[in-house]
Amino acid sequence: MTRTGPPSRSLDAAVALTRFGMGAKPGEIAAVSADPRGWLEAQAGPQGAPQPQGEFETSEARLEQYRDYQRETAQARMARREAEPTPAMTGEAAPPSQAEMALDARRASRRDLVQDTAREFLARAQLGATTHAGFAERWTLFWANVFTASATKFQAAVFMGQYEREAIRPNVFGRFEDLALAAESHPAMLLYLDQAQSVGPNSPAGERRQAGLNENLAREILELHTVGADGGYTQADVTEFARALTGWSTAGQGRGRGAGQGGGGRERRAAMRAGEPGENGFAFRAVVHEPGERTVLGRRYPAGGVDQGRAILKDLANRRETARRLARKLAVHFVADAPSPELISALERAWTGSRGDLAVVAKALATHPDSWMPEARKVKTPYEFIVSAHRAMGTSPRRVPQLQQALVQMGQPAWAAPSPEGWPDTAADWAGPDALVKRLNWAKTVGDAAPAADAVAMAEGALGERLGDRSRQFVARAESRAEAVTLFLMSPEFQRR
Amino acid sequence: MTDLMMNRRLLLGGSVAGIGLAFAGRTRAQTRGPKPKLVVIVARGAMDGLSVTVPTSDPNYRALRGGLAINNALAMRDGFGLHPALPGLKAMYDAGQLRFAPAAAIPVRVRSHFDAQDVLENGGEGLRAQDDGWLNRALAAAGGGSFRGLSVGAQTPLILRGAAETSSWAPGGQVKGEDRIASLLQDLYVDDPLLQGNLARGLETEAMAMAAGDTSLRRNDVNGLGQAVARLMTGDNGADVVALSIDGWDTHARQNGQMQTRLTGLDQVIGGIHDGLGAQWANTMVVVATEFGRTARANGTQGTDHGTGSSLLVAGGALKPGGLIGDWPTLADNRLFEGRDLSPTIDVRSVFKGVLRDHLGVDRAALDSRVFPGSAAEAPTLDGLV
Repeated sequence: MTRTGPPSRSLDAAVALTRFGMGAKPGEIAAVSADPRGWLEAQAGPQGAPQPQGEFETSEARLEQYRDYQRETAQARMARREAEPTPAMTGEAAPPSQAEMALDARRASRRDLVQDTAREFLARAQLGATTHAGFAERWTLFWANVFTASATKFQAAVFMGQYEREAIRPNVFGRFEDLALAAESHPAMLLYLDQAQSVGPNSPAGERRQAGLNENLAREILELHTVGADGGYTQADVTEFARALTGWSTAGQGRGRGAGQGGGGRERRAAMRAGEPGENGFAFRAVVHEPGERTVLGRRYPAGGVDQGRAILKDLANRRETARRLARKLAVHFVADAPSPELISALERAWTGSRGDLAVVAKALATHPDSWMPEARKVKTPYEFIVSAHRAMGTSPRRVPQLQQALVQMGQPAWAAPSPEGWPDTAADWAGPDALVKRLNWAKTVGDAAPAADAVAMAEGALGERLGDRSRQFVARAESRAEAVTLFLMSPEFQRR
Repeated sequence: MTDLMMNRRLLLGGSVAGIGLAFAGRTRAQTRGPKPKLVVIVARGAMDGLSVTVPTSDPNYRALRGGLAINNALAMRDGFGLHPALPGLKAMYDAGQLRFAPAAAIPVRVRSHFDAQDVLENGGEGLRAQDDGWLNRALAAAGGGSFRGLSVGAQTPLILRGAAETSSWAPGGQVKGEDRIASLLQDLYVDDPLLQGNLARGLETEAMAMAAGDTSLRRNDVNGLGQAVARLMTGDNGADVVALSIDGWDTHARQNGQMQTRLTGLDQVIGGIHDGLGAQWANTMVVVATEFGRTARANGTQGTDHGTGSSLLVAGGALKPGGLIGDWPTLADNRLFEGRDLSPTIDVRSVFKGVLRDHLGVDRAALDSRVFPGSAAEAPTLDGLV
């Protein structure tokens, strides 16, 4: 589908909507053709990315629900321990025991928490399928993946919706250091990477009980969120940063134990342990903070409570290694598995020249010649494939189970990246033999459910001048409308972007 | 949806999402005897070796581990016990079909999961030394293309990526290779070799899985998954070498419960492969390896942090009975690596090379230069595994 000749506005519009957006809806390519670059740049504003529609809890409210759940878990455990042995074979249906009731309450709470997160995920997919700001959405998905929190851990699953809404979306076109601070101090991240439980060994709490450092978050900030594994840090830097981060916790952490058991002194102590509340459910618990000065990457940070960790994070966010690493990651994500060094340098220059202003970086991406090459070189992720298919058909996902099942089969379950490294980002990761069979399964199901669709019009609306002659012919000559839709969805032009 | 997510972490699911399996080639004995079969299981996230092959006789073990110490290990010889969630592996041990290296490590000292998994899978001497996986290179070196490789799960793991073509499979397929749509797509993909080749291989494997029986699995049927994998390894076109990965070993907090769950899954998947292979188990080897171990001491959150040496397991009907692979460095204070980790006494590549040489018949020159470039100094495990 390589074309020669002068670049056309309408080809650029198709590139903008597919390579940088969530795919084109019918009529969208024509609408964007007036100014494709302007369409991209206009979305990179200080207001951040649009929010999913719906009534959702804040992190503070969510933390309350989560604490209730934890309490019920503890009660269920206690009730089970105290339960009398069931009389054997009396033949009579016994009334539900206290242990059973406690267990039921716990199950119900867990189900509610899970369903709320599922509802948020559906709303996010619906936003993707309907938004006019597809670039802002893709840009959001990129940064959410850099700062991966994952529902593979239940504690983090509870806060995934809040995480994207509160920490990521408002900050994706602001300064990187602000995005980093919002992400690292959100309950989803603090719980996913075990920071909320880390205790300074020489802190007041650390000296009282057997508890200590957990270096998980500190390490992943260095390795995955900022300078990268070859960023020149040592194990000693990891440990020092972990010490500085002690105390970063969630509102209410430390209150769980003994809660609801009365005792005035105990409650006062519990309030102390719970720490100073901050934004989005963050709390700094001075009582577990490791006292003293810290040295990270050769720079000294005086004792300073929560500000010590913030200062280190800010410096890491503004290091050259961070700019270079994320410039490369952006180029790989949006343009090609093996991007040109020129594109990476241009993004890096925009980053360092603006002190990490992500709107400036986005505009540098939007104006680089590599960004407008017509060949579609990237394979869509499963989520991009499904959402862009909805856009092409003018539909929106309606139910969680179908959406989740399709994502699981294609290898990208909802909000559940397999590790803190996030989702992989190359064709080899997404277009393996089994993955393609599963994409074909789904495309067949979709085709079978769209008996009245005009697949040629659909393909032209979704791909514009990026639709090649061969694929157009295959779709046009299909033996049924269902087959035509399946062929369009599976065409190389639609599988790639 | 989150139940699915949770179980994904556990392993598989209706999706087998937590497991990515990979088969790679075969070398020796096309003409005589049954084909050798190899399964490589990558435990991702840094499996805590001290909880798998428990050094019950090491005087420092309990003090270092505190509440994390495993007190009811299944007794083995040489001062070790197996984690109680591994009864199937214990039965193999008792039958002389399980050996282990108690302190193995990759050649590079890093504590990044991702760098370390890359090295474990690409078989390189240093970081980012190779873009493809050693099991894929072993496919080429072993049988001149006659060995078949496969991965289970939507994504092909690095260990099996490379020039040799491999397939992949996970439960839940519907489309058949002979369907009209499949042949249309082969035509449509004529200018896109990646999509064309991979879809063809995916459909071929799916057809094999369907021919072998019902491909639907209950979500947590790990044994059933192992059996399904075994079915894909039998028959004339069966895969010869399989590498399977299991996620979720990064136990920074509340380690003991997680290890119970993960190891139960590991025990069951190997048990399923054993059951599914039937008589073929006699010519099969299974290797379990992880990117690094965990700190010798418990951390402050009933877990452990990133460490260095860990256990490497070798099981199978083709295995020769024998003792420890490599030495036990002990957990004495002055023996810990950097004062915190189990010191490695053997390079994982030594064991991999031993398996490839003794089981698949890959010659030493190919092992030293092509499969594990620049590894001549690391001899294959000397005593002959098979």
